[in-house]
Order: sequence, then C-alpha cells, then structure tokens
Amino acid sequence: MLAHGRIIAASFRQYSTYRMATAAGVFTNTVFGFIRASIMFAAIAAAGGELGGYTALQAATYVWLGQALLAPVEAFGTREVSQRVHQGDVAVDLLRPIGFLSLYYAQKLGRAGFLVLGRGIPPLVVGALVTGLALPEDPRSYLLGAVSVLLAITVAFMADMMLNLAAFWVIETRGLSVVYLAVMNLLSGFLIPIVWFPDWLLGIARATPFPSMIQTPIDTLSGRVPPAEALPLVGTQLVWVLALASGASLMLRAGQRRLEVQGG
Amino acid sequence: MSTPEDVPAISLQDLSREYVVRTRRPGRLGRTRGVVRAVDGITLDVAAGESVGFVGANGAGKSTTIKMMTGILQPTGGGLRVLGRSPVPERRQLAREVGVVFGQRSQLWWDLPLRDSYGILAAMHRLTPAQHESRLARLVVGLDLSGFLDRPVRQLSLGQRMRGELAAALLHSPRLVILDEPTIGLDMVSKEGLRRFLRQDRAERGTTLFLTTHDMTDVERLCDRLVVVNSGTVAYDGALDGFREALGAPRELVVDLAEPRREISVPDGVTVMAVEADGIRHRIQFNGGEHKVPALLAHIGAQAEIADLTLGEPAIEDLVREIYARGR
Repeated sequence: MLAHGRIIAASFRQYSTYRMATAAGVFTNTVFGFIRASIMFAAIAAAGGELGGYTALQAATYVWLGQALLAPVEAFGTREVSQRVHQGDVAVDLLRPIGFLSLYYAQKLGRAGFLVLGRGIPPLVVGALVTGLALPEDPRSYLLGAVSVLLAITVAFMADMMLNLAAFWVIETRGLSVVYLAVMNLLSGFLIPIVWFPDWLLGIARATPFPSMIQTPIDTLSGRVPPAEALPLVGTQLVWVLALASGASLMLRAGQRRLEVQGG
Repeated sequence: MSTPEDVPAISLQDLSREYVVRTRRPGRLGRTRGVVRAVDGITLDVAAGESVGFVGANGAGKSTTIKMMTGILQPTGGGLRVLGRSPVPERRQLAREVGVVFGQRSQLWWDLPLRDSYGILAAMHRLTPAQHESRLARLVVGLDLSGFLDRPVRQLSLGQRMRGELAAALLHSPRLVILDEPTIGLDMVSKEGLRRFLRQDRAERGTTLFLTTHDMTDVERLCDRLVVVNSGTVAYDGALDGFREALGAPRELVVDLAEPRREISVPDGVTVMAVEADGIRHRIQFNGGEHKVPALLAHIGAQAEIADLTLGEPAIEDLVREIYARGR
C-alpha cells in the first residue's frame, strides 16, 4: 500500500508539471462547454423550458460537470499500455514486484487527482460565473458524488485497460478504440443525457458500463438524482468495477501466457 | 531446509522456447505457420556467487532465456529454477530478489527526477527509509549520480541514464543481478565506470551476476565463466581462463632474427606460417596447450640469434566469432 501511495503521489506530481497542456485542456474544455450549453439551451427553449426533466439550469450543470469530468475520467481512452505491449516495454512492468493492474491504477489515481483539480475545477468556475450551476439541495449528494466520481474513474480505467490489453492479440488497437469511442460518446450520456433516449436505446445504454463513467457521477454530484435514488446507481458502478476488473485481470493473465516479447 | 547458498542461483534443465511465426507468402491466400526454436535445450547451472558472461550472436536466444529466467516468458519445454523459485508462477516474489537491467528498455519514470524513481522503487521493494538512504548513498557515490539526481530522466544522456538504470536494478540489494546488454551504446569511459562499480558491488555483497553482452571486454572484466550460445544451444561453457586452450586456438609467436635465415626448424605440431623481411621475421603458430613458449624459444635460439619477439594471443572476440560461424 505504501508503494501505491508513493506511485499516486509521483503521478500527481508528474502531471502537475505539464502546465501548458493543462491550460490548453482547460481552454478547450471550456469552449466546448459553451458550444454544448448553447445547443442544450436551444433544445430546451424549443421544448418550452423543460426537456426530459431538465431545466435550462440543470442542463447547464450537466454540461459543465461533463466537461469537468472528461479529463479525470479519461473516457476517451489512453494508449500507453497498448504501446508498451507492442514495443515490449511491458516486460519491464511485469518485472516490478507489484501487480500490473494495481501499478497502472495507482498511476491513474494520481493523474486523475491532479486532473480533477487542474482540469475539472476551472470549467465549473467558468460555468458557475456565466450560466450558473444547479447545486444539490442535500449535502449528502456531495459525499455520494465524490464516491461516484471515484468509481467512474475506476470503471473507465478498467474498460480502457481491457481495450489496451487487446494489444496482446491484435497488432493495431486503433480500430477498436474508434468503435469504443463512438459507442462511449453516445451511451455514456456525455453527448446528451441518456434519459432523453428512446426507451429501447436507454435499455441498451443501461446494460453497458458507459453510463457509469459519465451520466451517473453527473447525476449524483449535481443532486438531480437525490441521494436515496442515486445509491443504486452507485451500486451499479461498483458492480461494473468488479466485473471489468475481473475481465482485465483475466485478459492480463491470458495475455502474459502468449506474450512474445521478441527482440532486445 | 536448505540455506540460500546451497540452492543454485540459476538452474536451467533442457530449457526450450518455441515461437510460432506466421508468414504471408505472395500470391497465396492465408498464412503459413512456422515454428522457430529460439531456445533449444539449454542446460546450465550457476552457483550462488558466480559471474557468468552469456554471449551469443543476435538471435541466438539470449534475451529469450533471460525473459524465461525472470518469469516474463513461459518456456515451451524443459524446466528452470531461479534462486530456488519457479519464475513464472513466482514472478513477483522473484522480482524482490533479482535486479534486472534491459539495456534497450527503461525502468525509470521518464518525466520525474531520477531521485523520485528511486523513491517509488524503494517503496515497491518495501525498503525502510534507513535502508533506502544508505543504499542510495552507496549507489550515488559508486555510480557517480550526484550531478543529475534531481534532473528528469528524459533529460539525461545515455551514459547517465544507464548508470541510473543500474542503480535502479541494484537499489534493493538483489542476490542475483541479470544484465541484458548493459553497456550497449556507451563510450569507453562510461563502460569502464559501470564495470568498476559492478566489480565493487559484487565484491562487497557476493552477488551472482548473469550478463549478456556483445562487448567481450565486459566479459573479461566482469566474469569468471563464459557461456556461448548459438542457435539456441550452449556452444561453450567453461572458465574464461581456459577458453583459449579449450578451443585449441593457436597462439602466434613472431621472432625477428639478428641475421636473416631462409628457414628455421620447429618442433612437431608447430608451424611456420610465414617468413618475412627476407628471412628476418618468422611467424610461428602453436597450440598453447601442447607447447610452451620458453621451450620454443630455446629450440629456435639454438639455431639463430633472436633479436626481438612478440607473442600474440587470439582475441576472445575472434574466438567467439569463430564459434558463431561454426553453428551456421
């Protein structure tokens, strides 16, 4: 555990040195926040002030929280592990005296910790100043929201790990990433809230881990779903964490067996 | 119960590893499946405290062997134990007792100051702060790291980085040190620095060293025992000292005579390869195991006055190259 703590701290520090990248990311997230908010406002105005249970203020909150979570959750995926598998550097990771997944999870937590502060807070501040944010009425929403964000980060990490570990079997994982990205964008509730979906699509979305990455932490943290109703959603996140973690460790075990780190 | 000293550091029994290679032939559908035996029945015992130079041409199976020894790669045949453990199932426990450097790969954190990598590694290896500090202090002095300990790894020169890599592998004071081409790409001074510290550290802690390299000077400076692999099998295994004799490699004696002589007589089994400079210089080849230089000189000295002489030893490198060539 001490080792993991050190890794989390080191990863946090490492990301805190990328100041230009952080500033550029905040700028992009904020600009897209305005674009998405204005589309939502237009849709809600056309619907007569409320759409699928969202008022303009709730929609703004949904957009800004989504923009804030984008970087720490890394729902768009990473490529580091797949590249390390392809280049054989995964051999070095496997020679560490701690587990592969826990090593990468610790790095992810450190990174996410920084990204919540560096990339998450600024768009929320801008949103609060420009469009206003709907704050939760129940203080327990903050606590449960924080848990939900941590679980969202973990669900996305495990799913991303499975995608990356596919590199043990396929030479190029980019095709998989493109498909993953398209599905994730829609079903996670990042583009539009999933409750706006027709029933059949909502059913499909709820059967996937994607809403656990974006929709659930937004709903829980914003208080749009009150704590009592959010609890089962957070439970669902936990189930996905366990399911995807088992999937990722199975893939890792099978991948190691067929690992052929040739050359060098 | 056996003490760690009784258990061989490394024990490979008929170790084999096959790779399945699929190749696409032009003009044909599908792919042909071929099997390449990268390691083809290596048997090797390394006692605790030994230092072994494991050399071979590119593709001879060195790296594959090391990957099996560290538990990254599953053997397809034979068996092995490292420090008494079975590497694949006990990979993580083994990682606490073995230090590995892959010359082509980095185990340091690219964006962090070098010092931070050691902090993380120390925590991974569960070193106490006191253990960490005293060991790091020793490594900083021995490998001369003080000038760049606070610089991010990505800014280090290759020589600095390799010293940093070696320190990372030795931080937890491993009983077995496995170095896969640790001096690749380094200049003479950097190589010598690495070797000097490796010798010191081994003398202080009595570690077992297993080294692959393409630089025979590494082997001569660091190893007592030489193992040459070729096409996945052991082509030579023995003391480095006896290597030349074991191969029956000829030594060369060059004598310059005071007066020119068309020819000189030599004992049986000794050959005069060339007579140069109108009979002044004679090049003589002999087997070091059968003939001794003083006797040879006495034999020649009885016929003519010797003005000067040089004695040529075959370079280890040439002998190893000869073994590679035999296997082709």
